[in-house]
Amino acid sequence: MSILADLNTRLITQGLGGAGRFHTDRAIAYGTNVVGAVHPGRGGQVERFEGETDQSGVPGRPDTYQVDVPIFETVAEAVAATGANASVVYVPPPFAADAIMEAADAGVPLVITITEGIPIQDMVIAKRYLEGRSTRLIGPNCPGITTPNQCKIGIMPGYIHSAGRVGVVSRSGTLTYEAVHQLTQNGLGQTTAVGIGGDPVNGTNFVDVLKLFNDDPATEGVILIGEIGGSAEEDAAAWIAANMTKPVAAFIAGTTAPPGKRMGHAGAIIEGGSGGADDKIRALEKAGAVIAATPSDMGSAMLEAMKRKGIS
Amino acid sequence: MKIHEYQAKELFREAGIAVPKGYVARTPDEAAEAAARLIEETGNRVVVVKSQIHAGGRGKGRFREHGDLGGVKVILDGLEGGADAAVETVRRTALQMLGSTLVTIQTGEEGKQVNTVYVEQGMDIANELYLSVLLDRTTGRNLVMASSEGGTEIEEVAEATPEKILREDIDPLTGLAPFQARRLGLGLGLGGAVLKNFIPFVRALAGLAIRLDTDMLEINPLVVTGDSQVLALDGKVSFDSNALHRHPALVELRDLSEEDPAEVEASGYGLSFIKLDGNIGCLVNGAGLAMATMDIIKHVGGEPANFLDVGGGATTENVTAAFRIITQDENVRGIFINIFGGIMKCDTIANGVVEAVRQVGLEVPLVVRLEGTNVELGRRIIDESGVNAVSATSMLEGARKVVELANGAAA
Repeated sequence: MSILADLNTRLITQGLGGAGRFHTDRAIAYGTNVVGAVHPGRGGQVERFEGETDQSGVPGRPDTYQVDVPIFETVAEAVAATGANASVVYVPPPFAADAIMEAADAGVPLVITITEGIPIQDMVIAKRYLEGRSTRLIGPNCPGITTPNQCKIGIMPGYIHSAGRVGVVSRSGTLTYEAVHQLTQNGLGQTTAVGIGGDPVNGTNFVDVLKLFNDDPATEGVILIGEIGGSAEEDAAAWIAANMTKPVAAFIAGTTAPPGKRMGHAGAIIEGGSGGADDKIRALEKAGAVIAATPSDMGSAMLEAMKRKGIS
Repeated sequence: MKIHEYQAKELFREAGIAVPKGYVARTPDEAAEAAARLIEETGNRVVVVKSQIHAGGRGKGRFREHGDLGGVKVILDGLEGGADAAVETVRRTALQMLGSTLVTIQTGEEGKQVNTVYVEQGMDIANELYLSVLLDRTTGRNLVMASSEGGTEIEEVAEATPEKILREDIDPLTGLAPFQARRLGLGLGLGGAVLKNFIPFVRALAGLAIRLDTDMLEINPLVVTGDSQVLALDGKVSFDSNALHRHPALVELRDLSEEDPAEVEASGYGLSFIKLDGNIGCLVNGAGLAMATMDIIKHVGGEPANFLDVGGGATTENVTAAFRIITQDENVRGIFINIFGGIMKCDTIANGVVEAVRQVGLEVPLVVRLEGTNVELGRRIIDESGVNAVSATSMLEGARKVVELANGAAA
């Protein structure tokens, strides 16, 4: 089992530019079922992807792949023609919020937005547009979702994953890779790794993903990776304390970040004395999470959290 | 991107948001001329000279060169001495302020040099309020925040008397509705002509914030005058840098002299760089990992010299620039390169580092930790280059090594 993405995922790529094309190729090499693409001006064309299979991905496939992906002018056409049930957005920042709304309008149930640098007001409008619609947005400014051995959506390196027992949810891309890598090395493996993104306005928050992991029978524990800015980690801590039945390990980045400075991510800023790392760490600790002192300790913190709950 | 108060007020004026009359000046003569003009135009012989820097706390701040002079000076000499006395005092004040260093609670000890002053008419203030438009991250919407405690830092109000902070959520479909503006005004205790003036003021402000993609728009204080006018006495505005592509006119307002030169250079290469006070230079991919790298250096007893995220799409040229910017910092005693390649490929980083060392040399210890996409290739490039780098397999090991080596180099 897993959450959000699995062997039944039928993915379309929105935006087949350099990054979109490269990562669509990597996804297909991993074994993800990419059924189409949307790129204005290229409707009716076909993009061929071929190469050597990523052996760390879906098992039992030939050594090479050759996939012809049909390109459509609009998301609605792509969905009608392919039955896609997920979309990944690589559209450049000025047009990305529109691409998200187009996917929602076409009824795509899951939209993962990788694009970094979308204007905040565009996301305020897109989030409002999603209200009352059944689309779940992941991101923007996120690395995507990987369910090992089943489906890879986004830009995470495939080979660091291994199918296993722990769910990962993170605001940071590269720290997700750290956690996943450590879980592979210590043998716990992952059910699904989800990047929710580093922007201040995003579609899915920690609590949404924690609920999914809590309900997923295969997930035995969760690593949560947060950072300074906002109060999503505090909200997650409150939810964990009240509802989470599974062990949680957490790491919060930005203990040493100076106030008032934006640390790379648009959302990573300590404002007016709130959003600091220490408050978040305290809240999660109080909720029973085991805190990793450094990013190198995330895997061992998970082991410790599981041990405390009697899981070995 | 931040702008100066005088620039913010110009934007307010264009949007029909009332501000006191004022003129900008870059020399004492210009300041004197501005004061003379203001007095002539308004008949008001009280003028204010305000230092223009990108930091708050100017009124309570002090000049390093003139210990008793604050960043904002109200000139009352005109009341008894007439216009000429006011103009002369303005000239003298501007002479002291311009080129001097203002230290405020937000500038840090180093302070900021004042290159521009804003000369403004004095106001007959009956009441000081607070107003801002900002993002509410919990709802993903914009929010108007108001308080009757104008002139005080809003964080202090939030701490001491949170009940005095009023909030109205802005629905992006409608903007701030008239009833919401009225509710805010009533909540602030306004009535009559003042309330009537407040409603269009706050609605125009909310509209402006969204139209111009501001990150933060704060008026503190917003003043009510003896004759029931509502005006922005101060204006603090910063913009969402991701939206500047649709506001070319705003880009012109950027004042590079207010920014750290290394940060400006880095942004030209698409690098996210923030200068810090420590001695371990950091070159990292990904904002979260870059922050965590600073944390882990501190954790093992070191001090980071910078935050640097080379980003996912960096080229060899960008990485070379990043390395050069780090080595320009004289405090740096060791460099830690920490990469977990996703989009970023380890060989790109390795080539950039090798190229940078070739260009600028390497005089401090270098610790490299590579993991992720094309890691074997990246490690091989560094090994075969002859660059004197210490390799590490985990972040923690890398951080320990670089701090140890830097301390050794310092001794």
